[in-house]
Amino acid sequence: MKHIKTLNTRNLKESAKKGGCGECQTSCQSACKTSCTVGNQSCENK
Amino acid sequence: MIHQYKSNGYNIVLDVNSGSVHVVDDIVYDIIPLFQENTREEIADKLADRYDINEINEACDEIQALKDDEVLFTEDIYEPCIEQFAERKAQENVVKAMCLHIAHDCNLACKYCFAEEGEYHGRRALMSAEVGKKALDFLVANSGHRRNLEVDFFGGEPLMNFEVVKEIVAYGRELEKTHDKKFRFTMTTNGVLLNDEVLDFVNKECGNLVLSVDGRKEVHDKMRPFRNGAGSYDMIMPKFEKAAESRNQTNYYVRGTFTHNNLDFSKDVLDLADRGFKQISVEPVVADDTEDYALRPEDLPQIYEEYDKLAVEMIKREKEGRGFNFFHYMIDLEGGPCVYKRLSGCGCGTEYLAVTPWGDFYPCHQFVGHEEYIMGNVFEGIKTPQIREQFNHCNVYTKDKCKDCFCKFFCSGGCSANAYNFNGDINEPYDIACKLEQKRVECAIMIKCALAE
Repeated sequence: MKHIKTLNTRNLKESAKKGGCGECQTSCQSACKTSCTVGNQSCENK
Repeated sequence: MIHQYKSNGYNIVLDVNSGSVHVVDDIVYDIIPLFQENTREEIADKLADRYDINEINEACDEIQALKDDEVLFTEDIYEPCIEQFAERKAQENVVKAMCLHIAHDCNLACKYCFAEEGEYHGRRALMSAEVGKKALDFLVANSGHRRNLEVDFFGGEPLMNFEVVKEIVAYGRELEKTHDKKFRFTMTTNGVLLNDEVLDFVNKECGNLVLSVDGRKEVHDKMRPFRNGAGSYDMIMPKFEKAAESRNQTNYYVRGTFTHNNLDFSKDVLDLADRGFKQISVEPVVADDTEDYALRPEDLPQIYEEYDKLAVEMIKREKEGRGFNFFHYMIDLEGGPCVYKRLSGCGCGTEYLAVTPWGDFYPCHQFVGHEEYIMGNVFEGIKTPQIREQFNHCNVYTKDKCKDCFCKFFCSGGCSANAYNFNGDINEPYDIACKLEQKRVECAIMIKCALAE
């Protein structure tokens, strides 16, 4: 495309089909402890 | 839902419901707000004074192609799924992570401590090995098919009760042999009692180490003094440098807090980076409005500027081969969590519990001391399932503020404890935290755009 560059992203809609296994990290276990940041975690089941 | 913004010279378009990120030129950037509500002729009319008609048509074709591919103007199809997911979670009642309050006591007197110098509105106390082992038993028994279990040693200062930490870890390793489970331990420490023996243990047993330091010496010493008022920086910094190196600069964080007193916190982040730390988290203080160090709404413009400055500097350093991770700018666009995780939040009160030194369960470490939120204890299990139910049904769709927010799939509705502490309701997010999270997500995505060039 000439006008648009699309970054590679995980399609959330696709993730709805087989997601929800629950093996991923709980967000406050990493570093935060005072905020909630889920988008920075990695899926353990990809 | 579309969120479009300009940052560091990039025109960025986030398609919220698919999670897609597009970097676009000016013409596409100007067409997107018009695209859904106008015909091509109307769009051409509105933009005729700025762009050539052929260019407008070409840009519209590209936008339409992305829409057809469901990566632009995507509908939100998740709301019905999230109730089913919540129901499934409610039936399973899986707990997979615990924050053990090993010591409600501390050898520092940090001014912003939400644990009130370790005591959490209560009494000084150390967790016994018995309580810790019972907590692990509860976790194994209630974790269903989840294999990876997380246990965080927290306080107060957990190293004030190090012998018990060792006993709990040894017990956990025994449980792994008889159950198909794997414990991932995290140690948090202020560094005062960190020594070679502790470091050897932590490097062998703990998958993550969180080292509390605020950045520049003067900033750190002002907020993190000993009880006699003396600063703690000179004592802890050499130990932290050694600890980070001994872990090959991975699987740890130096973790600081910025307050109204150091709104120029990008300097603190860079000071830590200049000392060689590669895993850095510096986070906004969460404090009552009456405290002089609390962040105020009028601080926001300066904080935004600091986040922008930090993002630009991080891109520069990354391109020069001396990059570092900043926890709040880490964003995994390709391998991030599934939509269920993003919608249902951090797990507080459901799959994550905090345990006090005497064994009470709370939804998370930040609720400890609010006795109306005691959920049970390690000896009797969950006694107030209605609290768990509240959290099971708390997600981005139950929060009015989240419905139209572009950030909802990144913060998953924000911190419930902040919502409760500031607004008295876990479904009413804390405004300043939301605004800061929005800014950070914008910066994090911009960094991805810059590094994708």
